[in-house]
Amino acid sequence: MAEPVRITTPLSADAARKLRAGDSVLISGAIYTARDAAHKRMIEALDRGEKLPVDVRDQIIYYVGPSPAKPGQPIGSAGPTTSGRMDAYTPRMLAEGLRGMIGKGYRSAEVVEAMKKHGAVYFAATGGAAALIARTVKGYEVVAYSDLGAEAFAKMTVEDFPAIVVIDSEGRNYYEEGQKQYRRL
Amino acid sequence: MRTIEAGRITAAVAKLAVEANYYLTEDIFGALAGGQKTEESPLGREILGQLVENACIARDQAMPICQDTGMAVVFMEIGQDVRVVDGGLEEAVNAGVAKGYTEGYLRKSVVDDPVFIRKNTGDNTPAILHVAIVPGDKIKIVLAPKGFGSENMSALKMFPPSAGVSGIKKFAVDTVSAAGSNPCPPIVIGMGIGGTMEKAAFLAKKALIRPISVRNANPEYATLEAEILELVNKTGVGPQGLGGTVTALAVNIEYYPTHIAGMPVAININCHATRHAEIEI
Repeated sequence: MAEPVRITTPLSADAARKLRAGDSVLISGAIYTARDAAHKRMIEALDRGEKLPVDVRDQIIYYVGPSPAKPGQPIGSAGPTTSGRMDAYTPRMLAEGLRGMIGKGYRSAEVVEAMKKHGAVYFAATGGAAALIARTVKGYEVVAYSDLGAEAFAKMTVEDFPAIVVIDSEGRNYYEEGQKQYRRL
Repeated sequence: MRTIEAGRITAAVAKLAVEANYYLTEDIFGALAGGQKTEESPLGREILGQLVENACIARDQAMPICQDTGMAVVFMEIGQDVRVVDGGLEEAVNAGVAKGYTEGYLRKSVVDDPVFIRKNTGDNTPAILHVAIVPGDKIKIVLAPKGFGSENMSALKMFPPSAGVSGIKKFAVDTVSAAGSNPCPPIVIGMGIGGTMEKAAFLAKKALIRPISVRNANPEYATLEAEILELVNKTGVGPQGLGGTVTALAVNIEYYPTHIAGMPVAININCHATRHAEIEI
């Protein structure tokens, strides 16, 4: 395995362009958490002509619904959820300047097209490796939609968060490439 | 007639909810570690290493293996010579789920109405409860938290008898290929074959709580389990869908007599965190 690429947020367009499908990365800095219900609300806010809870330009959103934190810890277990459920909302978020997404699983053709257009990157975190990932989370602070509980929009501070670039800003897809290499049917 | 207070069932279910979510069973842990040796993809091996490490962190720090602590599926075998007193059985189980999920810092992921309201019930109830009446005066409880990344990738098909073994194999390969990365491979595949539509789905779920080191007692079904495992591991999906040769850790099949006109086949996919815990009262 090649050495992981260290990246820090916010992620500029130039830095994003240098990442290639298949790269292992360690992400540090602030990232934002949102999943289904929070995305629905953000899109509804944009539809009403309102602003998003934070400016998402050059930011990364992590699709996660953490388990509750025990006293004295910033967060409970915090692995990625299935990204495909956010596909309906993602092109709109990318148009707002979102630079990256962290989740697991496939994305739609519409999302990949929007990623190419706006120069964004899709990272996969290891699904289920939630206790391991939680160790890299240093801070967790709800920014909006606190009534959504585990699904709230939050700012998460991470240090060396492990992920893989699965779809890069040119639309290269490592799920396809990797699987093709080992398919023997 | 032996009597068991409902409160004991509540306490047992609460304990199982926490145990199942914190501690991966030995068979699954061993298969993940073993997969690290056989996986051909370097990235795949790295991911399997992460999963082994994750299970160790969860165990040592008493925290959930996965943030999706699932919907609580409870299998109960109730001896016909035992009577539950001081409360209803279903209420006792749900009280146990509420207690375990709240006190164990487990994520509550259940919504009340599936279509219109979708409001979180706040305590992960209700459970999915399957009860069987068996001989004896004991109660056996198995709790299997089921996350929906994998549950959503499951499938059921009503085949004509002519579909035979080849139809079953193709269905399994197609289902695993289509699921790809989404169910967090390496997966465990539970298959229910025969019965009626709902019986096949139930058997597929029940197959997931059998240790993956144990093959079906019927040699023909044991062979089918091995053959399907070999096939799905040739799909190329690999750990986390990033390519590799360890797509599934095991295929567990349970079967039941069926009608002359049909062959129901259900596939319940579980993620690498195939969690369950059991107790006998």
